[in-house]
Amino acid sequence: MTAIEPSASQSSESLASDAQLARERVVSVVQSYGAAIVLALLVVIASISFPTFLTPNNLTNIATQSSFPLIVAIGMTFVILTGGIDLSVGSVFALGGVLGAMGSQSGVGGTFLLPIVAGVVIGAIQGGLVAYAGMAPFIVTLAGLLAVRGLVLAVTNAGSNTPLITDPVTSVIGQGKVLGVSYTVLIALVLLAAGVVLLARSRGGQSILAIGGSESAATLMGLPVARVKFVVYVVSGVCAALAGSLNAAYSSSGVPTVGVGLELSAISAVVIGGTLLSGGKGSLIGTLAGVLLLAVIQNMINQVGSLTSSVQAVVSGGFLAVVVIIQTVLARSQRL
Amino acid sequence: MTQGTVTIALPRRAAMLSVLQRYGVYLAILLILLFNLVATPHFFELDNFRTQFVQVVPVLIVALGMALVIGTEGIDLSVGGVMAMSAAVVPLYIGYGFLPAVLVAVVAGTLIGVVNGAMVAFIGVQPIVATLSLMVAGRGLALLIANEQLVSVTDPGILALGRDSLVGAVPYSVIVAIVLVLVIALVVNRTTFGKQLVAIGGNRRAAALSGLPVKRILLLVYILCAALASIAGIIGTARLGASVPSTLGNLIELAAITAVVVGGTPLTGGQVKIAGTVAGALLLQFISATLIKHNVPDAYSQIFQAAIILIAVYIQRGRAVTR
Repeated sequence: MTAIEPSASQSSESLASDAQLARERVVSVVQSYGAAIVLALLVVIASISFPTFLTPNNLTNIATQSSFPLIVAIGMTFVILTGGIDLSVGSVFALGGVLGAMGSQSGVGGTFLLPIVAGVVIGAIQGGLVAYAGMAPFIVTLAGLLAVRGLVLAVTNAGSNTPLITDPVTSVIGQGKVLGVSYTVLIALVLLAAGVVLLARSRGGQSILAIGGSESAATLMGLPVARVKFVVYVVSGVCAALAGSLNAAYSSSGVPTVGVGLELSAISAVVIGGTLLSGGKGSLIGTLAGVLLLAVIQNMINQVGSLTSSVQAVVSGGFLAVVVIIQTVLARSQRL
Repeated sequence: MTQGTVTIALPRRAAMLSVLQRYGVYLAILLILLFNLVATPHFFELDNFRTQFVQVVPVLIVALGMALVIGTEGIDLSVGGVMAMSAAVVPLYIGYGFLPAVLVAVVAGTLIGVVNGAMVAFIGVQPIVATLSLMVAGRGLALLIANEQLVSVTDPGILALGRDSLVGAVPYSVIVAIVLVLVIALVVNRTTFGKQLVAIGGNRRAAALSGLPVKRILLLVYILCAALASIAGIIGTARLGASVPSTLGNLIELAAITAVVVGGTPLTGGQVKIAGTVAGALLLQFISATLIKHNVPDAYSQIFQAAIILIAVYIQRGRAVTR
């Protein structure tokens, strides 16, 4: 990437190579680390403006509250990298929480096994329809959003039951800390690390990037396109369900109404983190930065106190718009 | 030789599929009406149909705009936010009278469409993210404007729009919907703009290369979609007798997209079926009414609707293959 040997055919381009190279490097840095840079800036601003921001208590809160959307966003990143989208995660998150709380009656195994199985099944149905029936991911998972929310209502007697966490081990996992770091944060970070390694070092991870880059090229190269696409939806389903069950463990109950709009914040976080919605390019570290960025914004709005959740909506919506505009412009300048 | 044999040798399955694609939605309406004729008492009464038509109006109007956007191979997720925005603005200007309030509300909602369209057309942002950001921000702004309050609307004009009927027979909101359907159908089928819109959806590069003002048309389509959603927001407000920006139009983008797709407009653009969209919206309305009248819990009716979306899209998807 850094050392470019101008070939004969590129002679006209090599004339402007120095300036162009420098610009391209800036573009690629902004694309990859933009979220991290903005995050650092925001943290500085927040710590100057709010004396309570940099306290251990507040930071732990931000970390714990980000751990659930982070797990969802990890799965979403995989899906978006293939050029797809998963709108069902909010509903799956709620189902995971409700099933987790129900399963906790038979111990910690039930808390997590039941949601994971549900996540696999839902992901497999959606992945099957996308990968093997060739249906648009957007519409399949939109139907999933509806149907799974219906399932949540069905198992909670139209949303009137809120199953409680009864298992002590589950509560420890959800609420416990080691050295001031919540277990849920640790779990999220382990998943993130696993995802990073998988994406960079495994054949499957490389296939995901290849498919997102160009599906037809990936097919021609002999990659198992359908199987990879199928798997990413299963991964996303499992991530969302697991995050939901952890959230239930954290809040001691499986609330049927949680997770509405979660797909939007997960997609926002992924996109803000520099992953292109068209697929093929992006990173999980960027997604981490995106999730933290949204969490810090929310925290700052909470610190002000007089601002409400609608300000939060305006800011995060506006932020998403600005980010995609910058990304699109950058991507275009790169292509030229 | 080739032409003759091709038409004759058209496989029966493909022929059936193509009939389903074209007339499936009408067939489904027929089936559900027949089912209700047999199984639902008091379904075939004028009052019931009037209720059904009044209830379908907001979704139908939003779906008209959505059909245009989908025709250009786009999507507009912000329609719910637009409805909230126009609903939030109505009570602010109702002091100036019915017409000014309605106009300002439509303008306010349409501004969201301008932003959508500018992002999609001039910057080249994918429609799904561009409109996603405005779906979130639009409702947030609407709530800020309304101070997160529910405001009841007492203006007689607005209330009449929600509750009264022309000569006691056809509700005003239904008349508005019918007029809009006719106008949009005319625009799609009889104007240059309509042809250009479909051409862009069919093949954007070809459209650009043949000199169509692609950006301007895209901008206009998103503006039109937002304007229609604003009108739906006003009608929704009129029906409730209150401006409720926190919930008005929640999930309406799903219903509208479903209506459009069920009605035979493919998500891949290049076609706009207005009659199909109307039928799609009516079908969804009849289905949910049937489920309600038979006391099916909300949970299962959601699952049922999801299944219908999937079946409809699956059938539509076959078109690309057979063609």
